[in-house]
Amino acid sequence: MAHETHTHVRSQTEYEYIRRQRSKEMRGQLTSFAIMIFLTLIAFTAVAADFSPYLITPIILLLAAVQVVLQLYGFMHMSNKGHGMVAFFMFSGMFVAFITILALVTIVWW
Amino acid sequence: MSSIAQKKGFGAAMWDYLTTVDHKKIAHLYLASGGIFFLIGGIEAMLIRIQLMKAGNDFLSAGTYNEVLTMHGTTMIFLAAMPILLAFMNAIMPLQIGARDVAFPFLNSLGFWLFFFGGVFLNLSWFLGGAPDAGWTNYASLAIASEGHGIDFYALGLTISGFGTLISGINFLVTIINMRAPGMTYMRMPLFTWTTFVASALILLAFPPLTVGVFFMVFDRMFGANFFDVTMGGNTIIWEHLFWIFGHPEVYILILPAFGIFSEIFAIFSRKRLFGYTALVFATILIGFYGFMVWAHHMFTVGLGPTANAVFALATMIIAVPTGVKIFNWLLTIWGGSISFTTPMMYAIGFIPSFVAGGVTGVMQAIAPLDYQLHDSYFIVAHFHYVIVGGVVLAILAATHLYWPKMFGTMLSEKLGKWTFWLFFIGFHLTFFIQHFLGLMGMPRRVYTFGADQGWDLFNAISSVGAVFMAAGVIILLVNVVMTSIKNERVGNDPWGDGRTLEWAIASPPPFYNFAQTPLVRGLDTFWIEKMEGNKEGMVYAEPLEEIHMPNGSFVPVVMSFGLFVASFGALYNMDGDKGWTIPVIIIGLAITFGSMLFRSLKDDLGFHISKEELMRDVKGGKSDGLK
Ligand code: HEM
Ligand SMILES: [Cu+2]
Repeated sequence: MAHETHTHVRSQTEYEYIRRQRSKEMRGQLTSFAIMIFLTLIAFTAVAADFSPYLITPIILLLAAVQVVLQLYGFMHMSNKGHGMVAFFMFSGMFVAFITILALVTIVWW
Repeated sequence: MSSIAQKKGFGAAMWDYLTTVDHKKIAHLYLASGGIFFLIGGIEAMLIRIQLMKAGNDFLSAGTYNEVLTMHGTTMIFLAAMPILLAFMNAIMPLQIGARDVAFPFLNSLGFWLFFFGGVFLNLSWFLGGAPDAGWTNYASLAIASEGHGIDFYALGLTISGFGTLISGINFLVTIINMRAPGMTYMRMPLFTWTTFVASALILLAFPPLTVGVFFMVFDRMFGANFFDVTMGGNTIIWEHLFWIFGHPEVYILILPAFGIFSEIFAIFSRKRLFGYTALVFATILIGFYGFMVWAHHMFTVGLGPTANAVFALATMIIAVPTGVKIFNWLLTIWGGSISFTTPMMYAIGFIPSFVAGGVTGVMQAIAPLDYQLHDSYFIVAHFHYVIVGGVVLAILAATHLYWPKMFGTMLSEKLGKWTFWLFFIGFHLTFFIQHFLGLMGMPRRVYTFGADQGWDLFNAISSVGAVFMAAGVIILLVNVVMTSIKNERVGNDPWGDGRTLEWAIASPPPFYNFAQTPLVRGLDTFWIEKMEGNKEGMVYAEPLEEIHMPNGSFVPVVMSFGLFVASFGALYNMDGDKGWTIPVIIIGLAITFGSMLFRSLKDDLGFHISKEELMRDVKGGKSDGLK
């Protein structure tokens, strides 16, 4: 609680550890970036190939869901430590929103 | 900011409360204003019961009756029950987790002032052309047809106070996740903290649908948006969905903290660890989740179709399971305990049969075909008063007695407390038990009168007599509060003698920084563990005595909320279309709000430090009250 600040000098091993960690993360981000581009390509191809809308819509929605997960875990650090509570609340929120929309779609507008 | 206790003048005390960011003082504000709204709602209830006392009464006209009924429900739910629970959450939860304050003290104050100005705005409708009259549920077909500005007061007032509640909910979530003392793992948190946590999560997820619904309503009325207007291609049922997607979680926002309060009381006054702590925690979380999947049980008769009705009926019945788990855990906590029948304990024991009765009628209503009979009858009125009064209000009264010493440093009279309990408890059952039968006899709810040939006279008269008992109980409570404050006999840390959790380990009321040293938590019922091991200080410490960093008070939240209050008047009268002054008023109001936000963002306020010497002086002097 005190307000004096501590300056921490990193040791050589710590430094290398962090470096390795970072490059690993970087590789992860590049991979998910590549996957995302690829998924986008699939989506575009599906539309360009003139498949039936009944096929295209679910495919695009599915790909979108995958993209969201990749985005969250690949770029927004949800996989890092200390994000359990964040994940829990996000998924609870999504779950509630999903139930709501599902119910409205099925019982009001169908 | 000296820590030397000094008598302050009225003006200084007032300014202190207007600018405070201390969770304990904000709790006082919530309790006082929630209490006043509770009295206003209570007076409205008495008016309703006077009107229905006999057949064909003309005490209130039909139109006035609708306004009184609507304002009674709206006030009690949004401006009384919820804020008073927020008062106890504010006062106690940070102490229970060993924190010095909530995570965002400034937002805490902002949350209060938004609620306050929203509530005042709503109630000003009485003097400005008539209160809302479409029921607390404000169903759209009725609301859109309502003349005058009543519904606009409802929509704008609830928008403002809803923002306040949402802010408080988020604040509590962050506080509980981040500010627990060392050793206070999730599974060591007292149940009142747990229920605060889950209720806050429900606030976070449930208020947005209400905000959306109310926004649609404002747009329909202000700009002719036609979201709910069937003749223009809108859909009036969408309001019902949005309202109940919020509304059912809302009833759990009310009852879960009540469960938390009773859990504390059962453990304290049975002098036993809570039976099945883990089950109680998981039942709380489960109830929170299920709460979002049952809203359409309020709409069985709308015509959603058999499939939807069946799904929601089943989902609703499932909620009774975790609730039952809780009831059994409480019973087994009392079982074999060494019980002391204090006032809070009487409420807790009275709560069990009352709430079970409300739960049973709830499950009855969840049977969709049966609900076609029960819906919109006095049976429904009996049900929700059994759960809300028998659950939430009993918890509020119990907590008032239980936590009064911790909040104000004096003990309410036990003798008067028991008078309040018996009068209120008897009055409550007298008023509402008989309404089940009125419902079964066919009396519809929300009617302003009935005929002498309908056979409802006697039961309505009995119901009105019960209301008098409840009013007498509340008046005695007020007398109790006044007398206790005048006597002003200060009490020590643990006035009930059997406190188990951290709030009882420090002074009553606590110093404004709460804990001079952050405690180290070694298990569930921290204070009890230390007491049992003979630790005179009541806690072990996680840190040496050091300087404490505290936030400065601020007047900005009041100004920010006031701006919205002003802008709302502009928006409200702008609907008339013939008032040129409304646009400038909206602009001025919003300028006040955004200006104060800008001020807050640009001005650095780094808070202040309490020096080690001051803390030492406090600790040595045994300073036991919270005055700065
Ligand atoms: C065992 C748990 C419960 C069940 C199964 C249940 C079920 C129901 C059902 C089916 C209705 C709709 C009846 C109708 O309008 O035809 C209802 C109404 C209501 N319930 Fe419950 N309920 C339960 C607990 C609670 C609790 C804990 C509260 C509040 C603390 C509550 C507050 C209300 C309110 C306020 C209404 C009426 C709303 C209105 O139309 O104005 N209920 N309940
Ligand atoms: Cu409900």
